[in-house]
Amino acid sequence: MKIMAKHIPQHILYLNGVSKTFDGFKAINDLSFTVKPGELRAIIGPNGAGKTTMMDIITGKLKPDVGDVFFRDTVDLTKHDEADIANMGIGRKFQKPTVIESLTVFENLELALTGNRGVFKALLHKLNAEQYQRIDEVIKLVGLAEKRDWLGGNLSHGQKQWLEIGMLLNQEPDLLLVDEPAAGMTDHETEMTAKLLKEIAGERSVVVVEHDMEFIKALDCPVTVLHEGHVLAEGTLEQVQANEQVIEVYLGR
Amino acid sequence: MTSQSRLAWLMNDVAGKRLMAIILAVIIVLPMLNLLVPEGSFFHVSSYTIGLLGKYLCYALLALAVDLIWGYCGILSLGHGAFFALGGYAMGMYMMRQIGDRGVYGNPLLPDFMVFLNWQELPWYWYGFDNFFFAMLMVALAPGILAFVFGWLAFRSRVTGVYLSIITQAMTYALMLAFFRNDMGFGGNNGLTDFKDILGFSLQDDTTKVALFVCSGLAVILGYLLCRYVVSSKLGRVLVSIRDAESRTRFIGYRVEHYKLFVFVLSAMLAGIAGALYVPQVGIINPGEFSPINSIEIIIWVAVGGRGFLYGAIIGAVLVNYGKTFFTGAFPEIWLFMLGGLFVVSTLFLPQGVVGIVQQWKDKRAEKKALQDGKAGEVAS
Repeated sequence: MKIMAKHIPQHILYLNGVSKTFDGFKAINDLSFTVKPGELRAIIGPNGAGKTTMMDIITGKLKPDVGDVFFRDTVDLTKHDEADIANMGIGRKFQKPTVIESLTVFENLELALTGNRGVFKALLHKLNAEQYQRIDEVIKLVGLAEKRDWLGGNLSHGQKQWLEIGMLLNQEPDLLLVDEPAAGMTDHETEMTAKLLKEIAGERSVVVVEHDMEFIKALDCPVTVLHEGHVLAEGTLEQVQANEQVIEVYLGR
Repeated sequence: MTSQSRLAWLMNDVAGKRLMAIILAVIIVLPMLNLLVPEGSFFHVSSYTIGLLGKYLCYALLALAVDLIWGYCGILSLGHGAFFALGGYAMGMYMMRQIGDRGVYGNPLLPDFMVFLNWQELPWYWYGFDNFFFAMLMVALAPGILAFVFGWLAFRSRVTGVYLSIITQAMTYALMLAFFRNDMGFGGNNGLTDFKDILGFSLQDDTTKVALFVCSGLAVILGYLLCRYVVSSKLGRVLVSIRDAESRTRFIGYRVEHYKLFVFVLSAMLAGIAGALYVPQVGIINPGEFSPINSIEIIIWVAVGGRGFLYGAIIGAVLVNYGKTFFTGAFPEIWLFMLGGLFVVSTLFLPQGVVGIVQQWKDKRAEKKALQDGKAGEVAS
């Protein structure tokens, strides 16, 4: 995987004609879109637009009925499982913040640190100075320096979200999928999160799924609108908000 | 974990160290009181007591094995009695072969029950069990292989939670039915018994009994150190992470099924060793050991002691079994009600068991002290 990382692919993520049906309900319907290296992209859409199903397909939790899903132009993601895909360089943040509650902030980040994931390697594993430094850097970046030895379960909602983003960073992914990071956050926390994601993008591609328009505005990035499992519109936030179809879907009849 | 010492995993574990010291003292002092102090003296410890405590120690090792998977990885196995029994059977087969021609029928090759069933030759799977080292290998391997196959199928298909618990129950129940059959060649209903000696030492001798008792204590200590080492490593933190948030662990790239399989097999092997130490001390192994109720009892020991501390499992196993010995003697008819009650009480009121209560009490006292010190400081200034 590291050798491939040397040359820059045309698309980090490439979805073409992807469909997924549950009991006759088309969660994803002929979905196509691409993400370029280093891009920050927001995806919006009403409930049931297929955002979470799309994430499940990209990260290997679900297999699509039809369609192509490629990572870095050449890797067919439909042929791999979650652990494989995570190790290839796709990180995923869940909607509900999911950190390991009975481990400390430091330990959470240690687990996420990129490296060999084998059972016996883990038994004998010891952190080296470089890795310590890396973890401490990430702790600072996500603003948890003072909470280093706190248990994950004792963090506030917002802090858990940041810790989870920190864990994703420690995986050193090429693509980060972030599901509703601002949900349940205070205004101040939302602002911090937008800043954090903007800092992260550039080096890596970041796809953010979000409801909160204020947050999207703060991200200041291209927006894709999903509706009924299909791309409805694409463009800047202003363009999208001016789109009549989008207005109809969002504001209703 | 952030400590620099290589032995931090051991040194930071104050309660565990204390408990190990107590067990070490018990297996040094009690044998002396049994063998050196004359009978009738106040300080004499009877062989009955030694045998009883030896049994508790085997249960403690079994509880430790269960806590490793349940407390740290969230795998609630309701079939761990099966691995214990398999280890016991492997040891029983060795001791059956040791009887030689001293059996009732005097057949030098076939155990009594096979002669009774008119079998002409030893089944192939009994070969090798006359060798102690082969038998000891099987004590760990037989449960290990069963756990590997079972775990590989279950964890790969992502069977978790209550579904996994149910199929582990089914596993031990199926094995019980199988071992009840005479055709299986493990003595059927009666199991294996009438053992004479182990490694040439008579099982009737007090010294042999004491030696088995000491071995059980050492096995608990070594088992504890091994489990402690595992849970303090990064592997241990991955296990906790699987327990707390399985899909998060998967999405940061760990193959959850490999980790579960590793710890499940390790735990089954420890349970097998516990069974192997148990059988020579009680003198019999029969299919009743596979009974689903036995496996559920182990869970109660761990729950009462406190899940997820390792030493809690040891304390729980000894406490509950001491209670069992006492109450089945004093009020045999209420013991099962007590056991059930214990499970309800520990689930509702003692989520972290006896160890948790002590911990809470200590925390409170420390808090109070800190508060008082703070006040004293204020007054002084």
